[in-house]
Amino acid sequence: MRFSFARLFAVLAKEFIQMRRDRITFGMMIGLPIFQLLLFGYIINSDARHLPTLVELNDTGPLVRSIVSGMQISEYFDIQGAVAGVDSGEKALRDGTASFVVVFPQDFERDIVRGLKPTLLVTADASDPSAVGGAVGALSGIVSRAMAETLSGPLARLAPAPPPFDVAVHKLYNPEGRTSTNIVPGLLAIILSMTLVMMTAVAIVKESERGTMEMLIATPVRPLEVMLGKIVPYVFVGYVQTAVFLLAGLTLFEVPFEGSWWAFFVGFNLFIVVNLALGFLISAAARSQMQAMQLSMFTILPSVLLSGFLFPFAAMPGWAQIIGSAVPATHFLRVVRTVMLKGGDIGDVAGEMWAMVAILIVISVVAMLRYRQTLD
Amino acid sequence: MTGSSVIDVRGLTKRFGDKTVVDHFDIAVPRGAIYGFLGPNGSGKTTTIRMICGLLTPDEGEGTCLGFDVRRDAARIKERVGYMTQKFSYYEDLSIRENLDFVARMYRLDRRRQRVDAALDELGLADRQKQLAGSLSGGWKQRLALAACLLHEPDLLLLDEPTAGVDPKARRDFWDEIRRLSARGVTVLVSTHYMDEAIQCDFITYIAYGRKLIDGPSSEIPAMVGLVTYRVSGPDISALEAELQKEDGVEQVARFGAVLHVSGTDRAKLESVVSRYRARGTHEWTEKKSELEEAFIYLMAGARDNFARDAA
Ligand SMILES: Nc1ncnc2c1ncn2[C@@H]1O[C@H](COP(=O)(O)OP(=O)(O)O)[C@@H](O)[C@H]1O
Ligand SMILES: [Mg+2]
Repeated sequence: MRFSFARLFAVLAKEFIQMRRDRITFGMMIGLPIFQLLLFGYIINSDARHLPTLVELNDTGPLVRSIVSGMQISEYFDIQGAVAGVDSGEKALRDGTASFVVVFPQDFERDIVRGLKPTLLVTADASDPSAVGGAVGALSGIVSRAMAETLSGPLARLAPAPPPFDVAVHKLYNPEGRTSTNIVPGLLAIILSMTLVMMTAVAIVKESERGTMEMLIATPVRPLEVMLGKIVPYVFVGYVQTAVFLLAGLTLFEVPFEGSWWAFFVGFNLFIVVNLALGFLISAAARSQMQAMQLSMFTILPSVLLSGFLFPFAAMPGWAQIIGSAVPATHFLRVVRTVMLKGGDIGDVAGEMWAMVAILIVISVVAMLRYRQTLD
Repeated sequence: MTGSSVIDVRGLTKRFGDKTVVDHFDIAVPRGAIYGFLGPNGSGKTTTIRMICGLLTPDEGEGTCLGFDVRRDAARIKERVGYMTQKFSYYEDLSIRENLDFVARMYRLDRRRQRVDAALDELGLADRQKQLAGSLSGGWKQRLALAACLLHEPDLLLLDEPTAGVDPKARRDFWDEIRRLSARGVTVLVSTHYMDEAIQCDFITYIAYGRKLIDGPSSEIPAMVGLVTYRVSGPDISALEAELQKEDGVEQVARFGAVLHVSGTDRAKLESVVSRYRARGTHEWTEKKSELEEAFIYLMAGARDNFARDAA
């Protein structure tokens, strides 16, 4: 009566057949990453364009006119009209009629020609974080191009970099000014914790709820063979989801991947294992599939809200940060962002990795204790 | 292990919380016997069977199953026992063949393909082997479950209410199969609610509230219950049935077609009732030997669902 790989393999094979037959779950496993990516990807691509913009023209020279028409052509801005004065601009931002107010100061063109580096003030509604990055980035280019077209002859020398003006961006409502590029890599953490925890928990509880567990343990199969056989398929699910996510994220949405693949690989494997352990723990506590789902939802909420996915972690109150630090998604999120966006390697995320290991150990110990109690 | 007992346990006790579900239960099942395990709902039959095959650890008691200690050698017992659970416990989302194949792999059987093929042929499901188990009717599910727990050719079969919710024809076929197995030397412990099934058993034990009330060869059960029975025939039998039920000393009136079997445990009381009715001259009263039927009805009527106690 030793551990048998033949039996483990039989449980695995059975689990894969059942997974394949459960169309909805199977669809969710592949569809969810794509669906969420499309959702967020769509926001990146469309919301950052055609943003309602108001201009305050304190200079109406050819350069300013050229800049305004350049903004219109660029598709980022949709010029709605002109405003006069700070108050009406802010009001438009507040009630949402405008996402940008661009203020051209008096004598903008003349100051440029004189080399005084005048300031172009852009006030942005950054509560929609994706709006700021792209559009503001585009603005410098538009102004430079307009200058190249307008200022010909002896003044052309003013056109090359450094630009003879400043763009001052004043972000309202979302001081951290995060963009969706920041959100999309974080999505992987959310997708994995949403599906893996729930699927593992439900898969195990289903076995006792349907009574098949009784038949199983009446055969010589060992508990470890059953547990491994039921958990390992979801490691595979995690791999598939990560692959789908990376494929779609890198090709369709051009999310950057700057850092070390190795760090990413270690990180997501660790995160998958943590989620499976959590699912296993839930399955040991839940008596029905419904309870397993509800408990899973309960663990998913902090992953979404307290991990820094939706709200900047540093801006959360202290107690929320403490809870957030115990959430595995928090650490995985940092790993993914550091690696994908900031070009981090394994050394840069070692701390987060260890935090996940610590969480994994705690969850596993609790799960083992629970499991022993519920065997009888 | 005493003599040729396949199951031999003493003082088996199981508590869930502060509720004693099985209370000092003893049983000795001889090799090759069909042992009937009777008792109302919630009396502890399933729990007892689970302890015997090592799925639950008894809180008290000891004994052997197939020569292995029920406490320490659960793993060895599982290899030689076929346990058919009360509720269908195979995978409804796997096909018939996949289920059988899976079970064969759990027991690490050799010649797996041949065994599964043979089981499918015997079941008569060879041409439906790709059908999902969940789409089978109750009778077919039961046959599949039996085939699955026979795959590893067990020495002992534990059947927990195997024919609940199955039509009479399928039940008869099922019992033919059980008798064939028993003739081959397989020992069978079967729990049931049905009188016609109890009659087919070589031995019967009756349990209520987790306690054994009666245990012995079927032929001796009526004597153990100690019923005195009269056979009554004559006109307007329904009215008489209603009337008799109110009489002191008459503990049971069972109707078999146009005749009544009137039983009681107190001979003197019953006979005084009988002599009064005989004096009317309307019906014919003859004393008969008490059969298992009367004994069984008497036992089952005595203890209704044992869950009732939980509510009290
Ligand atoms: N795992 C359990 N936890 C708590 N109570 C249980 C458990 N299993 C059975 N019981 C209780 O034990 C009693 C006997 O149940 P059971 O052995 O299934 O009876 P039977 O099979 O004769 O209908 C019932 O009252 C039931 O509610
Ligand atoms: Mg039962």
